[in-house]
Amino acid sequence: MAVPHAARDAVPFEADRVPPLIEARGLVKRFGTFTAVDSVDFEVAPGEAFGFLGPNGAGKTSTMRMIGCVSPLTDGYLRVLGLDPSTDGPRIRARLGVVPQADSLDMELTVRENLQIYGRYFDLSRREALRRAGELLEFVQLSERANDEVEPLSGGMKRRLVIARALINEPDLLLLDEPTTGLDPQARHLLWDRLYRLKQRGVTLVLTTHYMDEAEQLCDRLVVMDKAKIVAAGSPRELIERYSSREVAELRFAPGVQASLDGQLDGLADRVEWLPDRVLLYADDGEAAATAVHARGLRPESVLVRRSSLEDVFLRLTGRSLVD
Amino acid sequence: MAVGVRVLEHNAMVYRRTWHGSVLSSLLSPILFLAAMGIGLGGYVNRNGGAGALGGVPYIAFLAPGLLAAQAMQTAAFDTTYPIMGRIVWDKLYDAMLATPLTVRDLLVGELEWVVTRLTLVCGAFLVVMAAFGAVRSPLAILALPVAVLTGVAFAAPIMAFSATQKRDSNFNVLFRFGITPLFLLSGTFFPLDRLPAAIQPVAYLTPLYHGVALARELTLGSVDPAAAVAHVVVLLAFAAGGIALAGVALRRRLVV
Ligand SMILES: Nc1ncnc2c1ncn2[C@@H]1O[C@H](COP(=O)(O)OP(=O)(O)O)[C@@H](O)[C@H]1O
Ligand SMILES: [Mg+2]
Repeated sequence: MAVPHAARDAVPFEADRVPPLIEARGLVKRFGTFTAVDSVDFEVAPGEAFGFLGPNGAGKTSTMRMIGCVSPLTDGYLRVLGLDPSTDGPRIRARLGVVPQADSLDMELTVRENLQIYGRYFDLSRREALRRAGELLEFVQLSERANDEVEPLSGGMKRRLVIARALINEPDLLLLDEPTTGLDPQARHLLWDRLYRLKQRGVTLVLTTHYMDEAEQLCDRLVVMDKAKIVAAGSPRELIERYSSREVAELRFAPGVQASLDGQLDGLADRVEWLPDRVLLYADDGEAAATAVHARGLRPESVLVRRSSLEDVFLRLTGRSLVD
Repeated sequence: MAVGVRVLEHNAMVYRRTWHGSVLSSLLSPILFLAAMGIGLGGYVNRNGGAGALGGVPYIAFLAPGLLAAQAMQTAAFDTTYPIMGRIVWDKLYDAMLATPLTVRDLLVGELEWVVTRLTLVCGAFLVVMAAFGAVRSPLAILALPVAVLTGVAFAAPIMAFSATQKRDSNFNVLFRFGITPLFLLSGTFFPLDRLPAAIQPVAYLTPLYHGVALARELTLGSVDPAAAVAHVVVLLAFAAGGIALAGVALRRRLVV
């Protein structure tokens, strides 16, 4: 949660409050003079599924790498599992599972060996590493490919293997950087299903995504990131309620028509958003708004009424869409 | 857990799938070189009074320890260029390792432990082949193994530092063509250094291969000058230690951002 320092200090200490797994305040990451993460605050509670939603370049990966204790902070305060990454990196990493944005699988080893050796990095015995590798291959439905090379696996299979690898040390906290980017819908749903099961088992998930449906499906709470800053925080529901209307009517006009509409849609909705290829009317009742458009004698080529989404929240907050 | 052993274990796991080919070539390469150059070319050199110029030593016994040290250099150079770049850039293997309790120190030390393992195997095989060719003339030759391994490390460490600074593999060609190959030819491997033009000789003294070749040769021929031997070892250790320090800095700069 983006709680300003002053407000934080004002909150009385609650003895029964579960300490957060991650606590970040004023977190900054700079590369040279370029600021990739600009003083962000957030907390992640045990058992939560927490998301960073934002477009490419927002600073999601830079933030995740600091949480993962592989990238030193430029400034700010960070505690992961109650420990300080700058002094306890290896101890923290021993209890993290990391799914990096790039798969980073070992192309010289088989599917099973990838898991075995990773278990060894966490100091598991050979036997235990082998046992867990078998179990995890079952969990991500790759048992049949156990002895195959990694290279010929599909993108979705590779991603599942990386998730299995991240689970080899039975982590308290799983960090997933764009877990489903570039996958086809079927592969994405299979992955979401696995992540959902982990969440039900009580694993704390922290993920980044630029897909609003992924954030809505998986996250209990999320922060919206844009240009190195957190611009909003809350549950998907709260964010939609706070920054958008219940429904949206999307109007597409014949080429050239939209430019000449100038003022003619005024007053038809709580808010009107003009995109290059369509106009969005934000209203509690999208159908009613669409009917009112027709009543004014306007004839859009197509009308789509849908529920508001996080995409609309992002558009509202930044004036841009999430995926370009 | 000892520093680097998990990385060593990883490399051994990869090697398990390719060792047949690698063992074959570490035997074949000295056999070919010693047969062609030691016996073939050597016969010609010996008949034409070369042995006199070489202090009464048959050419093959002069050549073999030079090739041993050169083999160590080449093995080390190859293992610390393309594979290291692959693990940094292409497969991002080090990123995956650093997300675990392993540290950059583990990567550096583990890779060096692996280089030492490889060098021991390759140079050990070389010595066995040398003995079979009758090119070992003293029991001190057993010490040529650690000397060859040290020669390899004196190259491996600084080259690893170099590799950790590279974005692409294009400069490796330059390194081999203008670094490794000239050293191979001009460090006293095939003929005594005093045959080189006087202007180049001091350059050769500054490179680690010359010292590895000279010391390995004294050991296999059984004619060791203790003071010179110490000097050779000191130079090799200096290259190894300096290289390790540089490699640590370069890897950290590259991987911890
Ligand atoms: N190692 C780096 N050196 C310089 N700039 C970087 C580095 N890593 C990331 N950046 C820059 O920081 C910004 C945020 O990147 P990143 O955290 O990867 O964003 P996201 O994951 O949200 O796409 C981008 O503009 C990116 O180019
Ligand atoms: Mg990213």
